[in-house]
Amino acid sequence: MRRFFLIAVPYAWLLALFLIPFFIVFKISLSDLALSIPPYTPTMKDGFGQMIKAFDFENFVFLTTDDLYWKAYLSSLKIALISTVLALLVGYPMAYGMARAPEEWRPTLMMLVILPFWTSFLIRVYAWVGILSNEGFLNQFLLWTGLISAPLTIMNTTTAVYIGIVYTYLPFMILPIYAALDRLDESLIEAAEDLGCSRIKAFWLVTIPLSRNGIIAGCFLVFIPALGEFVIPSLLGGSGTLMIGKVLFEEFFNNRDWPVASAVAVILLLILIVPIILFQRNQQRQAEAET
Amino acid sequence: MSQKIFAPWDDPNEKPLIRFENVTKKFGDFTAIDDLTLNIYEKEFFALLGPSGCGKTTMMRMLAGFENPTSGKMELAGKNIAGIPPNKRAVNMMFQSYALFPHLSVWENIAFGLKRGDMDKRSIAARVEEMLKLTRLTKFAGRKPHQISGGQRQRVALARSLAKAPKLLLLDEPLGALDKKLRQDTQFELMDIQEGTGTTFVIVTHDQEEAMTVASRVAVMDEGRIIQVATPDGIYEAPNSVYVADFIGDVNIIEGTAKPTGDGVYSLAWAENEAPFMATSDVPFSDGQKAHLAIRPEKISITTEKPEDAKNAVQGSVLDIAYLGNLSTYHVQLTGGQIIKAQTANTRRLSRRSITWEDKVWISWSATAGVLLEQ
Repeated sequence: MRRFFLIAVPYAWLLALFLIPFFIVFKISLSDLALSIPPYTPTMKDGFGQMIKAFDFENFVFLTTDDLYWKAYLSSLKIALISTVLALLVGYPMAYGMARAPEEWRPTLMMLVILPFWTSFLIRVYAWVGILSNEGFLNQFLLWTGLISAPLTIMNTTTAVYIGIVYTYLPFMILPIYAALDRLDESLIEAAEDLGCSRIKAFWLVTIPLSRNGIIAGCFLVFIPALGEFVIPSLLGGSGTLMIGKVLFEEFFNNRDWPVASAVAVILLLILIVPIILFQRNQQRQAEAET
Repeated sequence: MSQKIFAPWDDPNEKPLIRFENVTKKFGDFTAIDDLTLNIYEKEFFALLGPSGCGKTTMMRMLAGFENPTSGKMELAGKNIAGIPPNKRAVNMMFQSYALFPHLSVWENIAFGLKRGDMDKRSIAARVEEMLKLTRLTKFAGRKPHQISGGQRQRVALARSLAKAPKLLLLDEPLGALDKKLRQDTQFELMDIQEGTGTTFVIVTHDQEEAMTVASRVAVMDEGRIIQVATPDGIYEAPNSVYVADFIGDVNIIEGTAKPTGDGVYSLAWAENEAPFMATSDVPFSDGQKAHLAIRPEKISITTEKPEDAKNAVQGSVLDIAYLGNLSTYHVQLTGGQIIKAQTANTRRLSRRSITWEDKVWISWSATAGVLLEQ
């Protein structure tokens, strides 16, 4: 009974917060646009049988006819992938530094990594506008040092989006890698050196493989939200940056085309499910390896 | 044909494999190793024995190259090795925690060091197989470290550190994680492997029994200094100080004043109204000099009647009996209040023994049974 209850709680959670909303969205994606409230037809008011009969995949077909959508998907994948790699390149050394720092410093360093979460995400992204714009702090500083003679255009480019995503999701990369490195037994590195490895070689052959699970977890935690990111590209990316999160937002709020927006969301979810399943399988394999 | 006794330390022509010369190691204000001079010879099984914090691990880490001496000279096969990183030394170490790579199989763990050299694949495989056979691990070659038992892990660690055929193998508390029975078996296995490969072993341990069992020589350390270096029987039978006598095994220490009676024999006045004890000593003592008589419990006999021919005999009553199965230790209280431990082998069954609690007994020993120590 106790066991049943323990299993039932997460499943009830999953059902209420994931499966039911997903089916509602999926249902809307099969409907047609209508000038009513809610802005689609058919609904339950038409009767259940009538509603089922009126469902079709028209919206999904529509997504394939307009190249805006698949371009946005591809561009989002590319941006999410590159951002993940950049976050890994920035985050790994930070996590490594934290794990190698003296014991008494670690809580402070951990605090500093988490600290940005104490401020609204929106405000923090907005702050980057002040830093990156043509008259922003960065350009003013570079002009003052004489490194550049004309302001750099960073704002409203993909570069700004990369900066924004890496900045925002860096803690999600650092924390799992730090957790993996923190558990790493120092004597393993010494053993590798004792057996003939240079420091760098020991890092490649021991540290990296043993922090692999942390790296994988960190990459998924950055990649998955980055793929559907909406706020960062719309605040920092300008009109030139095409990302599916932004397209979705516009379909939903600007065009009020709920059925098409829902279809976009369903496809996005299907794209996300692949890495999520891979992630789950990795976690499972890790758990099996430890028992 | 009698076998030649292995004792390179007594041969002045023998060149030591390792030489510590006035080595000092400081961590901030703390002196871990204090002006230490020591020679270790080829093919020795050398044990560093001492309580935790005595500097034995620091010495080992200096030999491995993880620490450098603050001052003094450290030589391996005649070459100064201070400052040479661990990966450039012909020294391998077996870690206390074993430090097996959890992401690699037993086979890959053993091959790890070999792959770092310029050995070709076939020789590496042959060497790994050889090591697996030596440590009886062939069946487990494909397993990961977490899939094998503690004893097997210990053997993997040994195989991995021996694979590169180092000039010197360091073992840091190698048997600490094993239970007693397995530890004893493994001690003999270690000795066999050491003899078979002819590698010089330096073992760090706080377990005196282990050090005595495996080592050709034992160095007893305390507070960064070596107190005594000798063969196991030398350490046990002829300790050079009360510290060593007390650290190794069980011992009775009787304090008194020495008086030479000629021919290397001394009388020790240890209590008023009691006859002095007689003891021989190679170290001279002056008349009236303070001395400690260290005598092992098993060298003391315990009888109900006064023995006729014993050089030293004193009466007391049995305070406690510790029954250890094969041995019994009697705690005998003398009239002056001192407690002397006497040990006898239980060659008879328990019910047939004559001495029990509160009994008046005589304890006795010969003049050569104990050692006279200055401090």
